[in-house]
Amino acid sequence: MAVKHKSGLRSQLPFLLIALPGLLYLVINNYLPMFGMVIAFKKIDYAKGILSSPWVGLDNFKFLFQTSDAFIMIRNTVLYNLAFIVLGTVCAVFIAVLMAEVSKMFAARFFQAGLLLPNLVSMVIVAYLVYALLTPETGLINTSVLPALGLEPVNWYTESKYWPFILTITQLWKTAGYSSIVYIASIAGIDTGIYESARIDGAGKLRQIFHITLPMIKPTVIIMLLMSIGRIFASDFGLFSQVPMNSGALFNVTQTIDTYVYRGLMQYGNVGMSSAAGLFQSVVGFVLVITANYAVRRVNPENSLF
Amino acid sequence: MSKLMSRGEKAFRIFAVAGLAVVALLAFLPFILIVMASLTSESSLLKNGYSLWPKEWSIYAYSYMAGQAKIIVRSYLVSIGVTAAGTTVNLIITSMLAYTMANEKFRWRNQLAFFVFFTMLFSGGIVPQYMLYARFFGINNSYLALIVPNYLMSAINVLLVRNYYKTNIPPALIEAARIDGAGELRIYFKTVLPLSVPVMVTVGLFSGLAYWNDWVNAFYYIDRPQFYGIQNLLIRMMNNIQFLTSSANANVTGSLVMQLPSNGIRMSMAVIGILPIVIIYPFLQKYLVRGVIVGAVKG
Repeated sequence: MAVKHKSGLRSQLPFLLIALPGLLYLVINNYLPMFGMVIAFKKIDYAKGILSSPWVGLDNFKFLFQTSDAFIMIRNTVLYNLAFIVLGTVCAVFIAVLMAEVSKMFAARFFQAGLLLPNLVSMVIVAYLVYALLTPETGLINTSVLPALGLEPVNWYTESKYWPFILTITQLWKTAGYSSIVYIASIAGIDTGIYESARIDGAGKLRQIFHITLPMIKPTVIIMLLMSIGRIFASDFGLFSQVPMNSGALFNVTQTIDTYVYRGLMQYGNVGMSSAAGLFQSVVGFVLVITANYAVRRVNPENSLF
Repeated sequence: MSKLMSRGEKAFRIFAVAGLAVVALLAFLPFILIVMASLTSESSLLKNGYSLWPKEWSIYAYSYMAGQAKIIVRSYLVSIGVTAAGTTVNLIITSMLAYTMANEKFRWRNQLAFFVFFTMLFSGGIVPQYMLYARFFGINNSYLALIVPNYLMSAINVLLVRNYYKTNIPPALIEAARIDGAGELRIYFKTVLPLSVPVMVTVGLFSGLAYWNDWVNAFYYIDRPQFYGIQNLLIRMMNNIQFLTSSANANVTGSLVMQLPSNGIRMSMAVIGILPIVIIYPFLQKYLVRGVIVGAVKG
């Protein structure tokens, strides 16, 4: 028995070797930082080194939540995500319903190509595109659109009241086509016989959409919704830092947890509060993902992550 | 089918085509704007602003950039090198890990799957990761800093490849190779890898896009411009020109600012930043769509 067991282990060795590089990477890139989260409970002193920096308990969190920054960044992160989730889903489903109608046409490929392109470029490029539209002296909006409407030019990069709309439109522009792919696939999976019999019964196109298409893709929509709710504490660093050009006048409406963590760590040298905000984001995110997955499993066990 | 379409159905089809044409155009318009702006003369830009049709054509922005070619070519090479190296390593370690996880003969495959999967649920966050890479491993200001953090392997891709192996590679084939006396490494390289080209293209595409579009790693780990890829050069160009313009009164003479075709250059820089993606995109669209569907429906 013992011999057999040993040779059994030996037979596992090649597998472990094949898996090793990937495992090692996960340990370094993902698992070590998890343990590193303890720095949120320390007062980091680079001179002493991270390991010998003194423990300060919950001080970092106390300081963080005493500032107005904490409220602003959490409010922004959550509210933007809610807007993105609701409007993003509506746009994606709308596009998917239209795409399903033209799917057999030659033009479908070109529509899809156009709709997907925004998702393939970096937020840095997106920032340039937005800049071409909004920069005060030469941007298209100020030089062509507003004069045509008889309106005064706007100093976009210092007027914070417009940015919730600008950022939401930018996000929708970048992601709607891409998110529609899943719904297009879901609609393509619907049995065409159902539509045929509805037609024979005299159901018009709109009736077919509201009584067949939308109910049939409802599970997919719910799953996608739940998964995005699981990520409601995460934000796209580029969208909120590059697109508004890091303009300080806009921080009130552009600061999210991710931009705060970056600025605290790299610009203000405030490692304590930065790491506290990061830990808060990770832990709440984890709880939300678990909860969302539990909800998905209730809807459709096949689509849950675990 | 189309002969039998009722009036309502015809009307809806026209609405769908028109609606999609408008939406696709809106998605595309900003790109057209920057291409046109990059081809407009600087004086016309200053007078009329960016517009969708140049009043005065000019390739001055591009010829000015050609004078800066050294910086641009360098950052292009950094981006290409990082993308190629990162994606290659990514494909190798992703598929190796996925192969082990898919293998019935591997005793701890479920534990391994959980180990991979857990990284999708929980993350230590950027601060500890930064401390580890910058302070402990000290890889800041090196090419490693552009390649290693975040993008070298992602759990979702590992699971994608594992599922592909499970459903597309017949166990009989592997068993046959094993009976022929092939070891696991040999089976992986000679039997499994050649059969996994489609999923490798999809994962390679995701990885390549992630590396080409990344600017965040350099934001955290790089402060020497020689390591800037194209994205970070774009960020620097935006800030630098802003700096020149804003300090015009203090230090730089007005005429010097006028000489710098800053409005056109910004746009031409953005154009060359997008160009590679636009060129390869038509060939890869199908793999991208397939990858998104497989990844989203069952991660």
